[in-house]
Amino acid sequence: MPDIPYKDKGSILGPLKTLGFFARRPVTEPFEPRPAADSYRGFHVNDWEKCIGCSTCQKVCDNAAITMVKIPGLPEDPVLGVRNERPAIDYGRCCWCGLCVDICPTGSISLTTEYVHVCRENELDSYFVLPDPNGIHGKHFDKGWDKTADADLVDLHQQPMGEVEPQQRDDNFDEIVHGFTSQQAIIEASRCVQCGMCHESCPTHMNAPEYIRAIWEGNAEEAVRQIYRSNPFSHVCGRVCTRRCETACSIGRRGDPVAIRWLKRYAMDAVSDERIREIAAEGKVDYISGKKIAIIGAGPAGLTAAYDLVKKGHDVTVFEALDKPGGMTRYGIPEYRLPYDRLDADVEVITSLGVTIQYNTRIGRDIGMDVLERDYDAVVVAIGLQQGRSTRIPGSDHKQVRKAVKLLRKITQGKPFKVPRTAVVIGGGNVAMDIARSLARLQKQQYGEVRMTVAALEDFDHFLADPEEVTEAREEGVVILDSRGPKQCLVDENGKLIGLATLGVVSIFDQDGRFAPRYDDSDEQVHQADMVIESIGQMTDVSLFGDELTERLEWNRGRLRVDENGRTSEPWLWSAGDMVFGPDVVHAVADGHRVAAGIEEYLGVKQ
Amino acid sequence: MRPENYQAKNHPPSHEFELNFGPNHPGIEGNYAFKVKLNGDTVLSARADGGYLHRGFEKLMEGRLWIQNIALVPRICVPDPVPMEVCYSLAIEELGGLEVPERAQWIRVMQLEMSRLAAHLFAFGGHAATTGMYTTMFWGVADRDLILDRFEELTGGRVYSIYNIPGGVRREVPDGFLERMSSLLDYLESRLPDYDNLFFRNQVFIKRARDVGAMTQEQALKWGVTGPNLRATGLAFDVRRDDPYLVYDQLDFEIPTEPGGDALSRNLVRRSELKQSIRILRQVIERLPSIRGPIRCPIPNPLAWNVPAGESYTRVESSKGELAYYVVSTGGDKPYRVHVRGPSSMHAVQVLENLAVGSRLEDVAQIMFSLDACPPEVDR
Repeated sequence: MPDIPYKDKGSILGPLKTLGFFARRPVTEPFEPRPAADSYRGFHVNDWEKCIGCSTCQKVCDNAAITMVKIPGLPEDPVLGVRNERPAIDYGRCCWCGLCVDICPTGSISLTTEYVHVCRENELDSYFVLPDPNGIHGKHFDKGWDKTADADLVDLHQQPMGEVEPQQRDDNFDEIVHGFTSQQAIIEASRCVQCGMCHESCPTHMNAPEYIRAIWEGNAEEAVRQIYRSNPFSHVCGRVCTRRCETACSIGRRGDPVAIRWLKRYAMDAVSDERIREIAAEGKVDYISGKKIAIIGAGPAGLTAAYDLVKKGHDVTVFEALDKPGGMTRYGIPEYRLPYDRLDADVEVITSLGVTIQYNTRIGRDIGMDVLERDYDAVVVAIGLQQGRSTRIPGSDHKQVRKAVKLLRKITQGKPFKVPRTAVVIGGGNVAMDIARSLARLQKQQYGEVRMTVAALEDFDHFLADPEEVTEAREEGVVILDSRGPKQCLVDENGKLIGLATLGVVSIFDQDGRFAPRYDDSDEQVHQADMVIESIGQMTDVSLFGDELTERLEWNRGRLRVDENGRTSEPWLWSAGDMVFGPDVVHAVADGHRVAAGIEEYLGVKQ
Repeated sequence: MRPENYQAKNHPPSHEFELNFGPNHPGIEGNYAFKVKLNGDTVLSARADGGYLHRGFEKLMEGRLWIQNIALVPRICVPDPVPMEVCYSLAIEELGGLEVPERAQWIRVMQLEMSRLAAHLFAFGGHAATTGMYTTMFWGVADRDLILDRFEELTGGRVYSIYNIPGGVRREVPDGFLERMSSLLDYLESRLPDYDNLFFRNQVFIKRARDVGAMTQEQALKWGVTGPNLRATGLAFDVRRDDPYLVYDQLDFEIPTEPGGDALSRNLVRRSELKQSIRILRQVIERLPSIRGPIRCPIPNPLAWNVPAGESYTRVESSKGELAYYVVSTGGDKPYRVHVRGPSSMHAVQVLENLAVGSRLEDVAQIMFSLDACPPEVDR
């Protein structure tokens, strides 16, 4: 009920009671500024060490008060996802809402308890670049509004990727990961803050922010269109890419990076193969240039170059020594990671544009390089690294000591060989995991049990294979040993291989950073095996060039010397892919684009 | 040369003249003005003039991400910003189907009542100033500042707290905050007799405010009057009780009414509501420590948040009256349309234009302040 009745007549003397206030202490504001509350939203500070210049603060700022400013001298590394840009604030626009703090992926930006600023006339139109850590006036103030766990606007957790359980997958070559559902893909895509670090770190500079945005908008076709702007091997890359994008992802600074690879896979799977072919053909010129280009090797590098060149109206022929396309993506990567029909779908997009692939045609044997030089305007060699390296330890010349790449090719081709009862793999990279897990599957099929050991030179802190490869291999029964260097392959008196002796590793590199492993001779182990597989790297077979051309070409430590467009010292000959850059699908794709651009430029001026 | 048929026109003697009332008059907030037609001191008609106040809030919101608007909406009503944030958040939560954790709901009620206290202290302080009693205004502003100190501690901002976002609130309550809040309430309660002596029971005020700007309940309903102004006509309608939101249905409080419908009644209602707000805050302070849990439900990345298509109408009781947000989403990352039903747009335009007629010039400012209209809320 009302505290004072409406009918109350009031008093003329009541106000006089307040005269008592004359006896009270007056309220005066102190001259010194009052300290602000602990979570006060005052002027900003930014930890330059933590900040990566991702510009997410700029995107969320509702008053467009933030500008990214290049700071020369700061580290810049697209591979690590670091830009030398830092936010600058226009305090004429800032409203101190603190959204920049709450959304900052690194947690570098915060507001302080500093709130007094007197602006000089010449500062009115200037920006204030956030420094570290002393704030706008160089006086240190405590942090006020800072990031807290329950106020973080960044979603740090990736959508879980469904996988086939180990006991269901360890005896077959079915694909392991299920892929995202559309719901999961949209949620995962919504985590992206569109900073573009992925685009910069990707060797082929895929338009990842654009296709992630398109997936988020529910437009998978647009996503495919964005993907095909830079990568015609997207079924492949959506499954087995080394995803440098995710290493650079700014969300990954404090949480799981956005699953960019799986999102690409989702977009490619969500659109029909027919529609993908239509989208990929967009932008193909409708005239014939009359130029002929030969490409040797139907792997990612060669076919990417073919894709680019055929879209420019050139007549492109690809020569492939084996009977199927794909190169290492087919013969090196097991089917449980990359189903062959998806690889075929990628290749079909390229052949549907008019690229001819001549299978079972080995250059150097069936056709000579001199013929290609005479008949074609330009030739690209993209034959990859198809030969395994040998450890050259004692006993490694035994016929039961195999090379991983050769064995993987055999498994893919379905050629019969005796699956070893017990086997040891030397090496710790992804190829070692591929062969170990493939053989483990065959062992499970034939003998019902897995007896596979991987002996890697590196320790687990510096392991070369992806962590999930290691986890999954272990789930499938593969034993992985770290810091073991191969000493010798043991052969009994009947000439039968009985195992591998390894030594503990003391160090791998010498003080100059050169590869020179040192072993501890007292720490020797013997691993029983009826097959030893060497998986310590690959090299290329350049016999196709023939003596005369090999002599003419310029070489750099066993590799072809190429210029910035991928052209060799011969004006008509280009080289691309793993044989130039080392093994990586997405690098090969990037290189394919590079030589295609180089050839296009060359053909434009050639008479 | 004059035309041949020229005849001088004789105007009848008149006492009517037009006066631009405001924006420099201390009784009028901001740059809100009135064009008053007077006969002597008596108002014959009044026209509201929003001046250059229009900032286009509703249109601005359409161009901003859902989350960016939380920094914009409190600016719609400067003295009472929290209901703006809460109501906007409630509308989006309804569209997005977000479940706000209970703890966040209690924290929101706490802020809403703090904001109501601050706004009322400002409102009758302003009214006192229009009648020349500046001490009351100074006291009101000074005591409001103590509430702002608590806002600063809780939300990081003194005036615009920008503390509520869709899904809950942005930070946990600081340690020791509730104790400090509790002692502030003790202080404010001890101040009520001072305010009564100086203002509410002051015969000068009572005599000046009684029967000034009086409206009947029927008129009030016809003109869309809400809040304390409606309750001053004897109708006990309050959104907090009649259409409860957040956790108001778990709280014990009264809806004070007054019978007069005039400037005096409206101030007395606000005076009684001070006590009710203190009462609500005490209950919140008692309950809040026992309600544990998160302060916010997870929301998508604000840069890529498509609020599901649909429309929602949510209303809360602000210190000025019924505040509502009508939000339309087409499933995009920005609102398609936001309409703010600000209570002041009725009070400051049609009600004031009607009530001013027949009153004396010196009462116009009094009537406006007794209606507690917030000019930026009129012209959004």
